[in-house]
Amino acid sequence: MRHAILALVLALTVFPLASGQGLDGQVNIHDPSTIAVCNGKFYTYGTGGTSLVSDDGWTWRRGQTPPRRGMAPDIIQLGDRYYMYVAANIGAQPKAAINMLWSKSLDPNSPDYKWEESGVVASSDGVEDCNAIDPGAFLDPESGRLWLVYGSYFGYIRLVELDPKTGKRINPSDQPRNLAINCEAAIMIYRDGWYYLLATHGSCCRGSESGYNIRMGRSRKVTGPFLDHTGLDMIQGGGKLFLGSSGRTIGAGHFGLIDLGDGAQKFSMHWEADLDRGGASVLDIRPLMWQDGWPVAGENLKQGTYQLESVRTGTVLELAVEGMPVGGRRAGRGGPPLGAAPGVRGPGGPPAPSGPPAPSGPPAPGGPGGAGFGMFAGTGSPIPDQDVAQVSKNWPAGNIDPRMATYLSQAQQRWTIGPVANAGGYPGSPYFKITIAGTDRALAATPDNELVVLPAFTGAPEQLWRIEQLPDGTWRIVPKSAGNAKEPLAISAVGASFATLSKFDPKSDKHRWLIKKP
Amino acid sequence: MNLLRNPVLTVALIAGCVFAAAELPAPTLTKATSADKGPDPDGFIQRWLLLEPIPAIGLTDSAVQAIVKKEYFPNQFTVVPSDGDRLAVSDQQLSWHALDSRNYNVNLYHFAWERDKKTTNQLFWAVTTINCPRETPDVRLAIGSNAASVWWVNGKEVIGIYNDRQTVIDDGVSKRLTLKQGPNVVRAAIVNGGGATDFCARFLDMDDRPVTGFTISAGEVRK
Repeated sequence: MRHAILALVLALTVFPLASGQGLDGQVNIHDPSTIAVCNGKFYTYGTGGTSLVSDDGWTWRRGQTPPRRGMAPDIIQLGDRYYMYVAANIGAQPKAAINMLWSKSLDPNSPDYKWEESGVVASSDGVEDCNAIDPGAFLDPESGRLWLVYGSYFGYIRLVELDPKTGKRINPSDQPRNLAINCEAAIMIYRDGWYYLLATHGSCCRGSESGYNIRMGRSRKVTGPFLDHTGLDMIQGGGKLFLGSSGRTIGAGHFGLIDLGDGAQKFSMHWEADLDRGGASVLDIRPLMWQDGWPVAGENLKQGTYQLESVRTGTVLELAVEGMPVGGRRAGRGGPPLGAAPGVRGPGGPPAPSGPPAPSGPPAPGGPGGAGFGMFAGTGSPIPDQDVAQVSKNWPAGNIDPRMATYLSQAQQRWTIGPVANAGGYPGSPYFKITIAGTDRALAATPDNELVVLPAFTGAPEQLWRIEQLPDGTWRIVPKSAGNAKEPLAISAVGASFATLSKFDPKSDKHRWLIKKP
Repeated sequence: MNLLRNPVLTVALIAGCVFAAAELPAPTLTKATSADKGPDPDGFIQRWLLLEPIPAIGLTDSAVQAIVKKEYFPNQFTVVPSDGDRLAVSDQQLSWHALDSRNYNVNLYHFAWERDKKTTNQLFWAVTTINCPRETPDVRLAIGSNAASVWWVNGKEVIGIYNDRQTVIDDGVSKRLTLKQGPNVVRAAIVNGGGATDFCARFLDMDDRPVTGFTISAGEVRK
């Protein structure tokens, strides 16, 4: 009953948009289904008939309630049909049944939006060791077979096989297989020969007291056994933690995979309580990473100042201006002494001699820069960051090309990345602007699919960036708009000193970036 | 340990030095003799006209730009010289040399050393001609140089890399450009600080693969 009561509360309450992390718009939902895409829009369905829809996966609004309200639905697209599995108590729990209904569209405005009821695919009689709610559908990419896992705390998480042509149970008389215990909201995913069972442990529906957390085991067979990283079987209560409470969000549950193609994946889930949204239960979308054969919850990019380092080259993106050493040039090497005002250019004469220092043994004690270690002694006090207002006085006023160089903590190498309000987004994040820290100089795509840094950010689409974490934890950086490209482009380190835009290649390091705090 | 206090090692070191002096590295640059040639399998352009070095000091962006934009000889940014052409720069008489490199890179240290020229704080000019059988759009010039360098294709400046650096393949890369059918002139100015100096260059296609379908000529070759 907790599900039904909570759904009523959610339906009547609209919380203000949080200013911090999390999705935009109306995101209140409990037990969200896997997110489905229909005609470019994103849909998810929750307990009690809650429905959310989004044009971009970032800003959400309330959608139309499906004809069958129930608990914790899941949805899967097979061919031209969307199959929804939704549970209902048919007596006191654990007497429950999971019904299937399908439609050719999720858009209520479409002539194809028509839900067809197709009956029960799994049930529990109230006595057996199972509570047949919380369905999770899974199409095995290896075999093409369709499966449904279900169950909630009372007894086992169970597995039955469905017909991928109809979404119905293949053989209702087949005995369900038991996979796990003491959890709910189970779902399965597959990668590299492993089946992963993700299920939610802990207590739900208690707001900021909820202990919900997503755990997982893996198996070489879809039928299990699913062992965690310690070898403990999930049917004995095992489960490696995937995601628990963190920061100001409490109680993670109901994992759903979002496959973006090109090797990029995300996942949906709900927080039992988002403290920035008054403790409401809300939808969230995060990157899905993989490490040592296990899924790992990634992070959406947060506003900050970063260095953008190419995985391919190890060099960083910078404004193509003449850099000044932090703290000034060293005495005796073509510039003012250490400790000179940051950004002050040395004498206009020759630069520091190139090549290695003269192999004359240790420098003389008391040499430039302090006593005791000669030229390696430093100033004896912390050197502040460069003042961009000062060093940028020599930068050209108009468009400047970006380039790549060894990171030296110089002002033209530090980029502030921040969300742009009312500019839309993509699953999990808003579009960002990328500007040289302390300035309004904005990275942009050019009509011929190159990069340029403009004198000021105007909000034009070519200045907006989709920044997504990839499965290995690196990032791809994609302009919202670039020339007349027919396929998504991403910033590419085609050379050690040069970056451009080109079609994203998931197998290449040239589109992979490390976003580091300087 | 002080090696020079060890008589055995001292003798060995001296012997090694004598041996090393007798075994000078094989020259990597030879006189260009054939009418034209293709790039190597990785697309590297191994035929160049090289001008004997001009003294120049500075590796920063502004210093290198000032060095390469100074006029040293007539038609500096348009001339396609021939092997043996001579010109006066300040009080020096300098010659152009049409050379082939055995390696992917062009070793300017070898070039200067064989002509008893300095390599420290020097400017090297290099020119070559790419003969394309057809117009080739969406290619990039990709270079590496020790140290700073500025590059032009058909008179347009397309790459500048600065500061003390080693030659790394595809270090500096141009924006997308089109090679026209027929001759295309590639020009480079390499500014060295000290020590070794060399460069390499090739063209990459739209998928960053080497372009190899062209021939290279280096002006009029005089035997």
